Amino acid sequence: MSAPTIPLSQRLAARGLDGLTLLVLPAVLFLLLLFIYPFFYGLFLSFNPKAGGTFANYSRFFSDSFLYGTIATTLWLALPVTVLTLVMAVPIAFRVRLMKHQRLLTTILVIPITLGTVLVAQGLLNYLGPQGWFNRTLLTLGLISTPVKLLHNYWGVMISLVITGFPFTFLLTLSYLSGVDPALEQAGATLGAGPWQRFKHILLPLLLPGLAITFCLSFVQAFSVFPSAVLLGAPAGPTRVISIAAYQAAFEEYDYSMASAVAMIMGLVQLAIVVAVLAARGLLYRGPAGGGKG
Amino acid sequence: MTINAASFRELRLDGLSRDFGTHNALKNVSLTIGKGEFIALLGPSGCGKSTTLNIIAGLLPATGGGIWLDDKRIDPLRPEERGFGMVFQNYALFPHMSVNKNIGFGLKMRGVPKAEIDRRVGEAAALVRLQGQTEKLPGQLSGGQQQRVAIARAIVVEPPLVLMDEPLSNLDAKLRLEMRAEIRRIHNTLGATTIYVTHDQEEALSLADRIVVMRDGEVRQVGVPEDLFSRPDHLDVAEFMGFRNKVAGRVASVEGERATVAVDGASIVGRSRNAVAPGVAAHVAIRPEDLHPVAEGVPGLKAQVISTEFRGREFVGFARMADGTDLSFLAHDRIAAGAQVTLAAEPDRVLVYGDKV
Repeated sequence: MSAPTIPLSQRLAARGLDGLTLLVLPAVLFLLLLFIYPFFYGLFLSFNPKAGGTFANYSRFFSDSFLYGTIATTLWLALPVTVLTLVMAVPIAFRVRLMKHQRLLTTILVIPITLGTVLVAQGLLNYLGPQGWFNRTLLTLGLISTPVKLLHNYWGVMISLVITGFPFTFLLTLSYLSGVDPALEQAGATLGAGPWQRFKHILLPLLLPGLAITFCLSFVQAFSVFPSAVLLGAPAGPTRVISIAAYQAAFEEYDYSMASAVAMIMGLVQLAIVVAVLAARGLLYRGPAGGGKG
Repeated sequence: MTINAASFRELRLDGLSRDFGTHNALKNVSLTIGKGEFIALLGPSGCGKSTTLNIIAGLLPATGGGIWLDDKRIDPLRPEERGFGMVFQNYALFPHMSVNKNIGFGLKMRGVPKAEIDRRVGEAAALVRLQGQTEKLPGQLSGGQQQRVAIARAIVVEPPLVLMDEPLSNLDAKLRLEMRAEIRRIHNTLGATTIYVTHDQEEALSLADRIVVMRDGEVRQVGVPEDLFSRPDHLDVAEFMGFRNKVAGRVASVEGERATVAVDGASIVGRSRNAVAPGVAAHVAIRPEDLHPVAEGVPGLKAQVISTEFRGREFVGFARMADGTDLSFLAHDRIAAGAQVTLAAEPDRVLVYGDKV
C-alpha cells in the first residue's frame, strides 16, 4: 500500500516554504556577511593568541585588573544611565501621551539621535566646560563659587550618554504606553482607583514587559559607549570602558587576537544582563494590553 | 469614597452641555432619574448619548450645567470619587488580572478586608453565572463571559448608579438576546439604578422603564416604551421607532385628533401629533408592517413596485411614488416588479406631523 505522492512543492508549501520564501534570502545573506561571519571570525581569532595557549587572551584579561576592571567601569556607567533614562522616560511619556502636538515633540526628540554622539560630545565640551554657559550661569547666580567639574570625568560621559540615550528610550516607552487601551485606566477610575493606584495596579504591570525590552536595548547601546568616553571622559582612568580596552589592543598593540577576546567578553557581559532581564520578564504577564476581545 | 446607595433618591442632570471646540456635542440636557429606574439613552451614533454617559461617570468634563445626586452636586468630583459602576463597550477588563481579581478590584481600592472581598466576589460571580471560571484570565474567556465579568466588576461594589455603554454591541445576535434578559434580571435582583446607552430601539424598548431619545445633542422625547412606540412626538423620533415610510403632503382638514393630508392627489387620514391646521405642509409616517396594498379605487398612496422579498409569513415590498419617495409595505402575495399599486393603512396607524414653519 503506497501513499499517494504529493508534489514536493506542495509539501514544502504546507510547511510555509514557497516562492515568497526566497525574498528572505537578501536578509539572510546580509546577516551572514555582516554579522555571523565576523562574529565567528572574531571568536576563532580570540582563541589564537599571539603567544600562549588557546585561552591565553582570556586568562590575561581576567588576571590584569587594568583589563578586567573595565567591565565594572562600563557597567557602572551603562546601568545607572539606562535606569536613569527609563525613570525619566516613563513620567514624560505619561504626560506626552495626552498632548495634542505629540508629533512635533517626538520630532524634536529624535534630533539628538540623528546628530550622533560625536556632535553632542562636541557641544557638551563647550557647554559644560569651566568657561561654558552652564558654569557661568551658576557663577553669575552665585550658586557656586568655583566652576563645577563636569568634563573629563565620570559625569561628562554619564550626561552625554543620558542625552543621546534618552530619545530612544523615550520613544520606545511612548509606543508601549500608547499600546495600553485608555479605557482600562477609565475603568480603573470608575472603580475607585486614584492616579497612583491606576499606575501601580493597571498601567505599570502592562508596561513592564515593554520596559524590560526597552531596558535591554538601551543598556546594550550604553554599554558599547566609545566616543563620549574618550571625548568627555577620562579614558585613562575612571571612564576606561571596555571598548577602549578593545580599541587599544587592536590599534595600539596591534593584537587583533586580544582585541577579539575583549570584544567576545564584552558581548558575553551584555548577553548575561539581557538574558537576566528577559528571564525576569518571563515571569510577567505578556498578553495583549487591551481590555476587549482580541 | 462611596455614595451610600440607600441614601439616594434621584439623580438630576441640569442643563448639561459639552462643546468639542466648534462642535456642540451636547446642548442643555436636563433629566431626572429616580432610584431603581432602568433608563435607556437611545439615538443614532453621534447624538450625544455616550457623551452624556461619560459626563455622568466623570470621564469627560461638562462645559456647562451640573449633575446633582439629591442635594449634592457631583460634577466637580473625579470619577474615582463618584463610586458609579460602569460597563464599557469593549468591556475594558484588566488583561493581566484573573476574573476574581478583576471583579474584586473596586473592593480592593475601597480597602475592603480580604475575606469580605472573597465572599462578595463569589456572590457577584454567582449572580452573573461565572462560577468555575474565576481563576482564568479575561483573554481565555468568550465574548459573552467577558461581558459578564465586566458587569460583575461594576456591580460588586453595590454602586448607587450602574452606567452601561452599548454593552451588547460586540456580541452575536443570539448572545445579545440572552445577555439582554440577564442584564434586566441583575438590575431587578440588585434593585440597582441603571443608565443604559444604545442605538438599538428594540433593546431600549425591551429593557428600559423609560427611554430618553436623543438626537444632535438634544433630548427629543422621554417616555415609557409603549408611549414612544405608538405616539412619538417628533417625526425623527417616529422614524427611529420604525415609522420608516415618510411621505410629504399638505393638510386638507383637521377634526379633533384626526387630520386628513392630501398626498399626490389622494387623501390619507391619520392622527396628528402636533398642532396642524388646514393648508400647512406636513409629513405622514407609517410603519412598513401597517401599509398594505388595497383594491383599485380605494384612496391611498399610488406607487410602482420595485421588488418584493419573501419573509416567511408574508412578503415585504418596496415601491416608489411618482415624486420619488420610497415606500416599504407588507403584502400577502408576491407582486411583479413594475406593477402599479395603491397602498393604504388604518387611520390609527398613521401619524401626521406638521412641518415646522
